[in-house]
Amino acid sequence: MTRLRLALSFAAAGAATLVATAGPVGPQTSPPQTRPASQQPPPQQPREVFVPIVGEIGAPPRLAVARFLALTPDKDTEAVADAISSVLFDDLQFEREFYMIPQDVVGTVPRPRSIDDTQFDRWREIGADGVIIGTVRKTDRGLSVQVRMLSVRGKESAFGKEYSGTSANSRLYAHTIADEIHQQQRRLRGVARTKLAFSSDRDGERVRGPVADRAVKEIYISDYDGANQRRITATLGLNSFPVWSADSRAIAYTSWRQGFPNIFISRIYETGSPTTPAGGSFAQQNYLAAWSADGTKIAFTSSRDGNPEIYVMNADGTGLRRLTSNPASDITPTWAPTGAQLAFTSDRTGSPQIYVINADGTGLRRITFEPYCDRPTWSPAPFNEIAYSSRTGPGHDIKVYSFSTGQSRQLTFGEGTNESPAFAPNGRHLAFATTRWGKYQIAVVGRDGNVVRQLTRAGNNYAPNWSQ
Amino acid sequence: MTNRQTVRVPLALAIVLAALVAACAKQSPPVARPTPPPPPPTTTQPERLPEPPQPVVEPVPVPPEPLLEEDLNARDLDTLNRDSPLLPAFFAFDSQEIDDAARATLDANADLLRRYPNWVVTIEGHCDERGTAEYNLALGERRALSARAYLIQVGVSGDRLRTVSYGKEFPFDPGHDEVAWAKNRRAHFVITSK
Repeated sequence: MTRLRLALSFAAAGAATLVATAGPVGPQTSPPQTRPASQQPPPQQPREVFVPIVGEIGAPPRLAVARFLALTPDKDTEAVADAISSVLFDDLQFEREFYMIPQDVVGTVPRPRSIDDTQFDRWREIGADGVIIGTVRKTDRGLSVQVRMLSVRGKESAFGKEYSGTSANSRLYAHTIADEIHQQQRRLRGVARTKLAFSSDRDGERVRGPVADRAVKEIYISDYDGANQRRITATLGLNSFPVWSADSRAIAYTSWRQGFPNIFISRIYETGSPTTPAGGSFAQQNYLAAWSADGTKIAFTSSRDGNPEIYVMNADGTGLRRLTSNPASDITPTWAPTGAQLAFTSDRTGSPQIYVINADGTGLRRITFEPYCDRPTWSPAPFNEIAYSSRTGPGHDIKVYSFSTGQSRQLTFGEGTNESPAFAPNGRHLAFATTRWGKYQIAVVGRDGNVVRQLTRAGNNYAPNWSQ
Repeated sequence: MTNRQTVRVPLALAIVLAALVAACAKQSPPVARPTPPPPPPTTTQPERLPEPPQPVVEPVPVPPEPLLEEDLNARDLDTLNRDSPLLPAFFAFDSQEIDDAARATLDANADLLRRYPNWVVTIEGHCDERGTAEYNLALGERRALSARAYLIQVGVSGDRLRTVSYGKEFPFDPGHDEVAWAKNRRAHFVITSK
């Protein structure tokens, strides 16, 4: 119990600075400390007119990220400036909306000496369509970061903002800038400020109990790019299958700490014990929770009526409703983004397959016809797809079923086993667990199956879930 | 002390001394000589009539007892579970069917549970590493329930039998071959109170 409190208070301390720097999540709102454009210092004031950065016909725009300038000449600020530049480059490259000019080519252009040092001709020489220039300055409260994106063709500013806050999480400045550029330029909801939750045995601890050598698995979170991996449970037991709440401040997960599986909700930036909204006892076991997109409801699996069925309840445990009634195992629900439908796994035909059902229990429909399909996850809008894990040999591969075509496409092809897919909140990426590098690790792949990145390296890591 | 015992002590002493002398003799190697048995005790008892002859009866088969029969209740829970007398029942791939071997194991477990009616047991369902973590939770649950149902069928009270599934989360053998997988597909018995 003490360890749990320590972990939570550490998380709360980290979160306090996060909240200060990034206001409410939402692509249209800017952080509270941003000065409005009209108060930006001259000469080049960003205009109200939208200036798109465009590339050659048929090609993505070519972006250069100049190394950010440290206006305060000390080592810390220089390190922060370098970190922001580097993370911003990675964040922009992640969405593959822009062609990012390699940093060594960018390095051939003399480093901007101020935010107004535009050097359009030099940028044109390396073929940039757009350039991002930035400065970092130490303030009383922490940092002030000013950024400007220039259109090289039009020789004008397309985007200009200033952010201020603490210096505790410098990467967050880069993530915020990347999200806002993606929103403004590509009308795209970026995921650079989102997080992953997953289960890990990396601490190497053993569960205390009558049976020896059982690996402890705790819930971990990390930034979407694998940075800042942090443990959020301390139970010395088995915990897995975490799901984020809509506001990204709570995680529901399955824990066997009471000797049977039950659903716990931890509010990870607050102190206090986790809650068990589904009740829970040996006679009433609950597992595999799924949080609705609006954050009000939780669907889960329970065998309280004799065999595993899908249930829905409010996040506080009220309003419990049973959704399926079949002696077969009905498990692992996932919500459609509208909340009007759910998908789940059922073995009522003899093997596990994916089914879709209306939230009122009507309209049951089977959508997979392969040997063994499990762990559906419904994509967010605008895509209307369900990713799942399909047995393709000795192991599994990630497949995505499209409602518009009625077909599934395959994203992985036998590189180890690939399981437990989870969509990013913009639907353009999936996280999943894979053994292709030896142990189970969390990886991220584009929805077209391209570009697989490894996010975890320590221990075994399972069951990822992506925050909104 | 009776007369018989006082006679015996010096006789035993004499025998020991004789043996010692024989062993210490340097001329010849010691030779063990059988010592004469002590004379049978003479008792005076009243005359008894001989017993009437017993009728011939079918020999009653004695059930085979384990060699080291001890009261398992004397052990504490940790020791009990470490060398658990309740053996696991194993299953085929993707199945919760109780086959003949599993039935024999469960019958033996039922015997033990009847002999120690105070034991409360948790039946854990486990799966091998193939298959997804999520679906294996359901399969493990079905394996545990299957074993429990069989035990109830042969007369063990359901009140004493709890079930929990660990899916593929806690393999007993971390290997990646059929030998390891077969060990992991099981209903495992843990005594939780006695």
